[in-house]
Amino acid sequence: MPPAADTALRRTPLYDRHVAAGARLVPFAGWEMPVQYESVKAEHLAVRGSCGVFDVSHMGEIETRGADATRFLQHVLSNDVEKVATIGGAQYSLLCREDGGVLDDLFSYRLEPDRWLTVTNAANHHRDLEWFRRNAGDFDVEIEDRLDDFAMLAVQGPLAREIVQALADGPLPPRFTAREQQIGTTRVLVCGTGYTGEEGVELLVAPEDAGGVWDAIVGRGAVPAGLGARDTLRLEVCYHLYGNDLMESRGPIEAGLGWACKEDTGFVGSDAVRAVREAGPREKLVAFTMEEGIPRQGNPIVRGGEVTSGTMSPSLGVGIGMGYVPAARAEPGTRLEVDVRGKVRAATVKPKPLYSRS
Amino acid sequence: MADANYPDDLLYHTEHDWVRIDGDVATFGITWYAQDSLGEIVFFDPPEVGSTVTKDEPYAEVESVKAVSDVYAPLSGEIVEVNTALGDKPEAINDDPYGEGWLVKVRLSDPSETDQLMDAAAYTASLP
Repeated sequence: MPPAADTALRRTPLYDRHVAAGARLVPFAGWEMPVQYESVKAEHLAVRGSCGVFDVSHMGEIETRGADATRFLQHVLSNDVEKVATIGGAQYSLLCREDGGVLDDLFSYRLEPDRWLTVTNAANHHRDLEWFRRNAGDFDVEIEDRLDDFAMLAVQGPLAREIVQALADGPLPPRFTAREQQIGTTRVLVCGTGYTGEEGVELLVAPEDAGGVWDAIVGRGAVPAGLGARDTLRLEVCYHLYGNDLMESRGPIEAGLGWACKEDTGFVGSDAVRAVREAGPREKLVAFTMEEGIPRQGNPIVRGGEVTSGTMSPSLGVGIGMGYVPAARAEPGTRLEVDVRGKVRAATVKPKPLYSRS
Repeated sequence: MADANYPDDLLYHTEHDWVRIDGDVATFGITWYAQDSLGEIVFFDPPEVGSTVTKDEPYAEVESVKAVSDVYAPLSGEIVEVNTALGDKPEAINDDPYGEGWLVKVRLSDPSETDQLMDAAAYTASLP
């Protein structure tokens, strides 16, 4: 039986299926989520080799609509929102404080000319919503919390599109676009995005329909995969995790996300981001591999810096990590030493991503 | 990982370690319950041969994909051998926790400490 404290945790519409599948459930950002079913490694390798399906219903959604919807998002989001000219376009961006500190990293989907859906990180959802509303000022815009309206499944891997395509009423949207379509008998917002470095789609679906879609996808051979594999997959391809690699105390340039910042749009925080870009950041987020041992979040890096994410890479078979180091020590090939709980262990800065299909 | 099992010829410590006594040398490992709770073990960081371990205190670490856990010494003594094969094959701790997955061998400094350990029946009864 779960301890009493866990009763306050939210459960996704797929909870019963996770339990029935023998998942190990853990608290994550206020939700009770599957961290693994049988094995993190096996789930990881299934996504790299064939197809996995993740319940990511803890992710939040904010709808922004109205005559100024696009202009408003241009004001709060770091990327050039107006570049998403077509309906169904998707874009990655950051939400920054005035001083450039990162509040969240987000994907926004243009559903209609004046209607957008932005997917938030679970732990940041309510803060993001508050930030949107606080910055809405005189914009002619309505901001709606859509968290309770969607479950979200991520279907990822080289066979993912094939599996979902077989259930769909038309061609799936290309990468970085989204389209409403039927999956089986269910209306789904299909998004050509993911967090694993593999081909695939993310499906936003009404909570009551999530079970049927999950069953259909698993029935076609997708392997249920937990948040443990989601983390090892994203770290191998050096995708940022908010709360690990992104935080309010550091900005996008330090994090290597300058490509998602278009200061000329004048977004909130753009002056601070521009200043760091022009002066050059004092520290940079690097990816590295270990000679021995496994780096972990919070491990100090000798001569400055800290590990923000670390794990054993199932694909590479070595300890891998990301961390902030002084900018002069950020070049690939630089030797680092990581203080792993008192043991100094050798590491080497590597180009990103650490893993790519050869 | 096969089903739970706790061999009758071993002694057990509350921190989920097992002990196999052979004269004044004991082999230590972690129990089926411990490896199942940790999940897939991907790294074992052994102590140095010649170092001493103290009953009830951590002497090594095992790491799963997600977490690091201390391993507690069930008895006191000096490390005389470590299972170097685990360097290449830490998953042996999951696959065969009482065989190939052994961790260290220790020359006991106070064999009477074994009186404080549990037999398989008592250990099994103590599990949640």
